[in-house]
Amino acid sequence: MTTQHNNSNHNDSLLRFMTCGSVDDGKSTLIGRLLFDTKTILADTLTQISNTSKKRGMEAVDLSLLTDGLQAEREQGITIDVAYRYFSTGTRKYIIADAPGHEQYTRNMVTAASTANLAIILIDARRGVLTQTRRHSYLAHLVGIQHIVVAVNKMDLVNYDQAIYDKICADYQTFATEIGLAGARDIRFIPMSALNGDMLVDRLDNMPWYSGETLLEMLEAAPAADEEQNAEFRFPVQFVCRPHASADADLHDFRGFMGRIESGDIAIGDAVTVLPNGFQSKVKAIRVGDTQLQSAQTEQSVTILLEDEIDTSRGDMIVKTGSAIQPVKQIEAFVCWLSETPMSTARTYVIRHTTRESKAKVAAISYKVDVNTLEQQATTELKMNDIARISFKLAQPLMVDSYTQNRAIGAFIVIDESTNNTVGAGMIV
Amino acid sequence: MLTNKHQPLSHLDWLEAEAIHILREVAGQCSNPVLLFSGGKDSLCILRLAEKAFRPGRFPFPLMHIDTGHNYQEVIDFRDQRAAELGERLIVRSVEDSMKRGTVVLKTPDEPRNKHQSVTLLEAIEEFGFDCCIGGARRDEEKARAKERIMSFRDEFGQWDPKNQRPELWNLYNARSHKGENIRAFPISNWTEMDVWQYIERENLGLPSIYFAHNRDIIIRSGAMMPANIKLADGDVINLPKAGEEVINMQVRFRTVGDITCTAPVISDADTVSKIVLETATTTITERGATRLDDQTSDASMEQRKKEGYF
Repeated sequence: MTTQHNNSNHNDSLLRFMTCGSVDDGKSTLIGRLLFDTKTILADTLTQISNTSKKRGMEAVDLSLLTDGLQAEREQGITIDVAYRYFSTGTRKYIIADAPGHEQYTRNMVTAASTANLAIILIDARRGVLTQTRRHSYLAHLVGIQHIVVAVNKMDLVNYDQAIYDKICADYQTFATEIGLAGARDIRFIPMSALNGDMLVDRLDNMPWYSGETLLEMLEAAPAADEEQNAEFRFPVQFVCRPHASADADLHDFRGFMGRIESGDIAIGDAVTVLPNGFQSKVKAIRVGDTQLQSAQTEQSVTILLEDEIDTSRGDMIVKTGSAIQPVKQIEAFVCWLSETPMSTARTYVIRHTTRESKAKVAAISYKVDVNTLEQQATTELKMNDIARISFKLAQPLMVDSYTQNRAIGAFIVIDESTNNTVGAGMIV
Repeated sequence: MLTNKHQPLSHLDWLEAEAIHILREVAGQCSNPVLLFSGGKDSLCILRLAEKAFRPGRFPFPLMHIDTGHNYQEVIDFRDQRAAELGERLIVRSVEDSMKRGTVVLKTPDEPRNKHQSVTLLEAIEEFGFDCCIGGARRDEEKARAKERIMSFRDEFGQWDPKNQRPELWNLYNARSHKGENIRAFPISNWTEMDVWQYIERENLGLPSIYFAHNRDIIIRSGAMMPANIKLADGDVINLPKAGEEVINMQVRFRTVGDITCTAPVISDADTVSKIVLETATTTITERGATRLDDQTSDASMEQRKKEGYF
């Protein structure tokens, strides 16, 4: 599915991407450099970090300080959570999900990946493809990121040697083929030095042997998630608007189904079915606030009016009539456990899927995946940062697609009702 | 409107759709939410988003302002006017009432009152039994906010514990809370100052006049500009120049609007929204950098205030 990037349509769109790597790979420096070279960093912030750099006895400004987060983390000297950063190039807006890459932070990587359409996987040119590279690549693959940029960083420390870069690329290709990543995803390679700024925003002239795109050129050309979405129409109802008490008599029969189009598109006159009940009708109107639309597409938040009076509430799903999606009471999924309290097979959890909830119990754990070796291991329990293939029995039916077909309709979270915490993240097989 | 289905949404359309989705999740998941509305630019954007989310119905939540008593009259007037135009219910609770009750005690009479809003907010949450407060905070505003969730969990004391936040994946928000606990929902988390101004321009939103360039008497204090001699609604005049301080009249505007004693203006001749968009694109100072005196106390001051229940 290696798609050719097409630059013409991206004017003013938005790309969400994530960075995978550890502090040692220069991840913070990479993000700092992107923000700095795109002129996102303003003078007062720069003064602040330059003072801190001096205080810590450094000669040059340490750009990694830009992403240095909370006081609690600074004290511990580590990054413990996903941070979101923003920059804009004038043609495009970017949201970076910055997740720590260490093994014990698998859950943070999964969290960051869940909203990203592109991942930058950092490799230290001196160390090559490591266990963590495999882990990051597997997780990006599992969570459905379509575009992978393998960034071979710290080229300045290996004399910008092309042979070293070529070897790392070949190693990665071999491994990507092994895990089924090659061919399924768009993978690109780039040599860089985040510290010096080589091949990020500016090419500089240390690597004349590399004629490919700079990192920013790759980002500018990568498709946005909604642009690639080609799944069928799915509209989970969030809220029903019934302003019958309004002074306006025209509104007495108004019944608007409010939600976000998670996939596909819809137009006035389309035949639709409301699940799980199966009532059928046609689209009478599509609105955003007081504005009427003829049609709407993936990721738009709209209000849909139907021609017939159908009893519909939050948690129902509107699909096009004839679409192959049925309510099910058992699901099978890859689950990443997020909570410090291990999963209990005896307990009942709540699964939130789209705008719908159901009580759920574990029916079986098929196996656990070792995120470093990708080996499948038998297990009876699931601890924080574990990933396992699990089947659940559901009290209420859910309308699901497989995650690989449709991220929004294949994803769910697991909630522990005693604490209300989000304790698991699931991707339906 | 959209002919080619593979044309991605523009960044403003995408941010708008996301914010509408978040507002509707609050309405769908929470039993008694409230929208915090100060009359400032971010909360004015949220009001427009709420119109797009819920019209032709009424908002499924009232609006509430926690008034420090040190707000610009223009902003208060604008707040009241906007709530009336929308026909939505506006609740006002005041820090001065908390001071009368003895729950807010100032160290000095002229101490900035921003941080004391937390107490009044918590009192109002308890009074009305709100389970969710919708706010206009953005992740790009300040370091401590970069890791903030869109649905942020607060315990019974309104405290934000950065180490005890719920993971937030996809667009599956978890706004559940037990009685006494509280969710803070931030629909424009992913917006930058620039996005806000572009949205104001696109939607042609009205704003309080102090956001636009105007002439004003200014004191220079601790290296920051401070508006001088501000007359409050009750007739009191605050921000009097101290002995030896010079008062200069200059052309300024406000980039953020908060408590008078700790919100500084910037020098500017931008008197229209499009000029402000241009100025925002070329500025060299962050939004809070030069304009919020309360954030300059220490590198971690926002984090500290949030732990104490600030929104």
